[in-house]
Amino acid sequence: MNLTLLILVPFITAVLILLARGLQQIRVIGLIGSLTQLGLAGWLLKSFLAARAAGNNAAHLFESNQTWFKALNINYHIGMDGIALAMILLTSVIVVAGILVSWTMDKLSKEYFFLLVLLSMGAYGFFISLDLFTLFFFLEVAVIPKFLLIGIWGSGDKTKSAMKLALMLMAGSALVMVGLFGIYYNTHTFDMVQITQQGIPVGVQKFFFPFAFLGFGVFAALFPFHTWVPDGHASAPTAASMFLAGISMKLGGYGCLRIAALMPDAAHAYSWIIILLATIAIIYGAFATMMQTDLKYINAYSSISHCGFVILGIGMLNKTSINGAVIQMVSHGLMTALFFAAIGMIYSRTHTRMVAQLGGLLKAMPFISTVFVIAGLCSLGLPGFSGFVAEMTVFMGSWQNPDGAYRLATILSGASIVVTAVYILRATGRAIMGPISAEHALLADATWNEKLAAVLLIAGILVIGLAPFLINHLIMPSTDAIMLHLDKVTLIK
Amino acid sequence: MQEIPLTQLLFVSTFLFFIGMYGLFTRRNLITMLMSIELMLNSVNINFVAFNKYLFPNNLDGLFFTLFIITIAAAEAAVAIAIIINLYRSHNSIDVEDATEMKY
Amino acid sequence: MSNYFYILWIPLLPLITFVVLGLFGRKYLSGIAGLLGTASLLTSTILSFVAAKQYFFIDGKVNGVFQKIEAFKYTWLEFSPNVSIDLGMIIDPISVMMLVVVTSVSLMVHVFSLGYMKGEERFATYYAFLSLFTFSMLGLILSSNIFQVYMFWELVGVSSFLLISYYFNKPSAVAASKKAFIVTRFADLGFLIGILILGFYGGTLDIGELIARFTSVNSAQYISITGASFLGASMLTWGLTLLFMGGAGKSAMFPLHIWLPDAMEGPTPVSALIHAATMVVAGVYLVARMFPVFSMDEAALNIVTYVGAASALFAAVIACTQTDIKRVLAYSTMSQIGYMMFALGISKNGGENGLGYMASMFHLFTHAFFKSLLFLGAGSVIHMVHSNEMKDMGGLRKLMPITHIAFLIACLAIAGIPPFAGFFSKEEILTAAFHENKIIYGIALFTAALTSFYMFRLYFNIFWSKETPATNHAHIEHGHDNHDAHNNHGEGPWVMKLPLIILAACAVGVGFVPFSQLVTSDGKALETHIDVMFSIAPVALSVLAILLAANFYKNQNDKSDKVASAFGGLYTAAYKKFYVDEVYLFITKKIIFPFIGQPIAWADRNIVDGFMLLLAKTTAKISELIKGFQSGKVQNYAIYFFGGVAVLSILIIYIWK
Repeated sequence: MNLTLLILVPFITAVLILLARGLQQIRVIGLIGSLTQLGLAGWLLKSFLAARAAGNNAAHLFESNQTWFKALNINYHIGMDGIALAMILLTSVIVVAGILVSWTMDKLSKEYFFLLVLLSMGAYGFFISLDLFTLFFFLEVAVIPKFLLIGIWGSGDKTKSAMKLALMLMAGSALVMVGLFGIYYNTHTFDMVQITQQGIPVGVQKFFFPFAFLGFGVFAALFPFHTWVPDGHASAPTAASMFLAGISMKLGGYGCLRIAALMPDAAHAYSWIIILLATIAIIYGAFATMMQTDLKYINAYSSISHCGFVILGIGMLNKTSINGAVIQMVSHGLMTALFFAAIGMIYSRTHTRMVAQLGGLLKAMPFISTVFVIAGLCSLGLPGFSGFVAEMTVFMGSWQNPDGAYRLATILSGASIVVTAVYILRATGRAIMGPISAEHALLADATWNEKLAAVLLIAGILVIGLAPFLINHLIMPSTDAIMLHLDKVTLIK
Repeated sequence: MQEIPLTQLLFVSTFLFFIGMYGLFTRRNLITMLMSIELMLNSVNINFVAFNKYLFPNNLDGLFFTLFIITIAAAEAAVAIAIIINLYRSHNSIDVEDATEMKY
Repeated sequence: MSNYFYILWIPLLPLITFVVLGLFGRKYLSGIAGLLGTASLLTSTILSFVAAKQYFFIDGKVNGVFQKIEAFKYTWLEFSPNVSIDLGMIIDPISVMMLVVVTSVSLMVHVFSLGYMKGEERFATYYAFLSLFTFSMLGLILSSNIFQVYMFWELVGVSSFLLISYYFNKPSAVAASKKAFIVTRFADLGFLIGILILGFYGGTLDIGELIARFTSVNSAQYISITGASFLGASMLTWGLTLLFMGGAGKSAMFPLHIWLPDAMEGPTPVSALIHAATMVVAGVYLVARMFPVFSMDEAALNIVTYVGAASALFAAVIACTQTDIKRVLAYSTMSQIGYMMFALGISKNGGENGLGYMASMFHLFTHAFFKSLLFLGAGSVIHMVHSNEMKDMGGLRKLMPITHIAFLIACLAIAGIPPFAGFFSKEEILTAAFHENKIIYGIALFTAALTSFYMFRLYFNIFWSKETPATNHAHIEHGHDNHDAHNNHGEGPWVMKLPLIILAACAVGVGFVPFSQLVTSDGKALETHIDVMFSIAPVALSVLAILLAANFYKNQNDKSDKVASAFGGLYTAAYKKFYVDEVYLFITKKIIFPFIGQPIAWADRNIVDGFMLLLAKTTAKISELIKGFQSGKVQNYAIYFFGGVAVLSILIIYIWK
């Protein structure tokens, strides 16, 4: 089992797209490529489970290690644990859905699909990296296409949004780089496995942890570095929004988790700050969402709130909460992608995203409206959908910390589920229900590709929502391994 | 024959260098500026040869560098004149004050 | 113990119906959706009765005590080794009793809807949602894990939301559904935190385990939870009160009741099922389910008692003034649930003192039948006159004889007139209240009289009063449950009459069920008897109230208006529902939106994002300042260059050496 395939397949797809002619060829190649990725991810899952069942308890499976740049001890070291696998599955599902919803993209289609596939390559590389330099390399690969996707194919004030997004993410990367180099100069290796074994001096951890964590935090929309999220999402074309929310923001969460595991002492020392910021993000994002009038802004702000749960789960630093954070990443990725897909479908028909100008869409487009409602219900944490499982796991985990302030943070975050209900129902009540305007009454419902994309994402949401023990089974051993590092604290605050 | 002291040679080369610099700063004609640059290069050549002769008579490094500089100066002059001709074609002038598009 | 595994099919059948109808209903099954839903529910109902028979009369009892049986358990989501959400099924007297209630009422509603909802565009969707609701409610009843209760709790909430907003192009229905969901969600937050507290100290989420640990005074869990305190109350009180907050939200207890009257915007059969008989009693069921734990904490029980009693009285007063017949019924429901709540609150666990518990469950049981009958009757009436307002009705007894009789029986039952069902359960509650708390008894007695008054006000206004049958106005514009296709057809098809007849029979008969033998707080049979001397007061009061209502409303006159104006301010306040809605609106629209939401949204755009923009602008400004150096003049560059070299040379030679 060679994980490099995960990078090769998107790469080959990207090259083929460049060679192809005409929209038809390009999109078919894109779809085949993305389906191959999905199949590959499925196969990985199968072999991963088979290896685990056969008693292979190594922290990372399918490892491979090649020297890349010997002088600086940089290696192409890849491997995969349950958490990475969950992320890879998420990415592959979103890529297929994203390609499907861009089926009719006829403006510079070659470049568009090329960039989408390139972005997915960066994400896969990021998730399988066990070497910090490789990790950083793929992180950058995943950043650049976003700038172009928004700047060229976006809508509204796209140049400004693209600049804001790219600059903030670049600033985040710069912080990450400082943090990673800080680790390197004190351990003389980029290899995560080696670093966790040999440990990092506590003073170094304390100095460099904020850089790396906040850097990834920018990606994960950590308050107050979240302002690229609303503008970026609102301006991006549908598939780019889906990728952005479904994949890029997860790079940040995943990075934060890895950093916390690499520097356990600092993570414990700073956990109160992380929790404070996460709680602010959750509550603040929820209230800010309540006041939005544009569907995409609603979803973007709600993403800030939901990603706050990821950071909260990581900040609480116990097994259940970290489990919850990982499930929340997957769940939020699927859900937001679904939401953006639905919004894109609505926008492409009505040419408006303002809630006040919509109404009664359920009558004209029952399928799209149902998708919208499902995404909404998932967002407000209805049992049966993934959001419930994720949020409840985070709550249960957070509550295990008996400290009063942490309890307060949990309760405040819990209060956000009420606010979430308010803004979701406001949007749904106004846009999906109510009387329909005459011109919207004639609009057509979803086409086959849109239906397929939605069904794929909904299936993902339902699998986690109805059978959470599956994903729990997948990630629990990996969380245990992370907890092992996290509990190895040399200094208790 | 009495040897010329090093300081005198350096004096000549410095003099030459500053003449070149003065020309570069004050002349508006690109050809003249190019000539000024050549003067500066040659002052450096004198320096190289002089130091080589007086300080390291057993080595040839300074001479090598001088030869390199002469070669490169020739190539540079060719390129520069090509640029100047192109500039003349587009601007109808080889006055440096007329070619200030490359600013902020 | 014999095998109860087949009970799993009772909730599963509606679930399958939901999935099938939800996926294919609209396109392929719209013709037979109703029959399909009804048939699957009929099977569930039969299974419920089989289960009830088996449990109550064959093997539920061991040594004279009804056992708690866990028929099924599957670890659904594990948080940590001991704490997990398990999907399980608990079989005990109250869950079996609730199974019977929910499936029978739901079946009646399914049948009734065959006629009532006929010709609706989204007929299949309607049945899909009904099935979803029934599944969720049955799941809630059977839950063996407190988190499982919460899950199904949310699911009934969302199915209620979907059904209220069934007429989705009507803004008022959408607003009502939103209100219902958000208010109950707010209450659910309390429920969730309550679960977190109990789960943390109890170390498990399993209801049976929790009860076992918290009811033994010597267990480590009990000591730790009562030892910890916050703001002067023990964590046990906090946990239970928050749990009750969830229950109060679902059961529309004051002050979380505001959603219930608005929820009447949904189709009337839905109101009968969800907002009268099943979902709204979920709060009572929750308290009953956790009752052994509640009984360990006096403070929490007192809260239950007083909130229940206050709601009962409050709602009854409002019900006397409302003119929309469904709203009258809604407030009446709230009042009756208040009854059940305080009956639980004054009860003790086990033995003779557990009378309140048994009475509460009994009232829940009887209430389900007569209240759904009232709603279905109202539905029949609305179906005919196309209006919810009393002023559009009158003299309908001749046009709708069956509805009339059924409605009368239901009114007598709720008024507590012997030998109708309500009499028996109310009597038990009053007896329990009399023994435990005289203040509550007074409130209960007064509320009972008010109940009789407003129910018969409703009855006389609909079926007597003015002799101008509203059927003459064939096209009343403000028809709520609109059916323009079929007007003027008497009482509707037999599918609408049959449920009325069956439920009327139940409203007469279920009072004779030997309830105290079956459902008690400790599983042991309880000997109760009706004391004639004790019954005189409440029954006499009810009869007086009925006569008063007859005097006011049987024939058209202005006596009631005079009385209303005599009450003056109180009447207006009650008519305006004591301005509770206005308070909520004030808090949300005038405080939360402008003082929390708006500033945050503003701050995000202007302060947080503004800071980022400021960084960008500062960079731009600095570059503006220094861009003059980039003049485009080659000679300037040359000067900078040589100047730089000169400065560097000086630095290197003279300063850094």
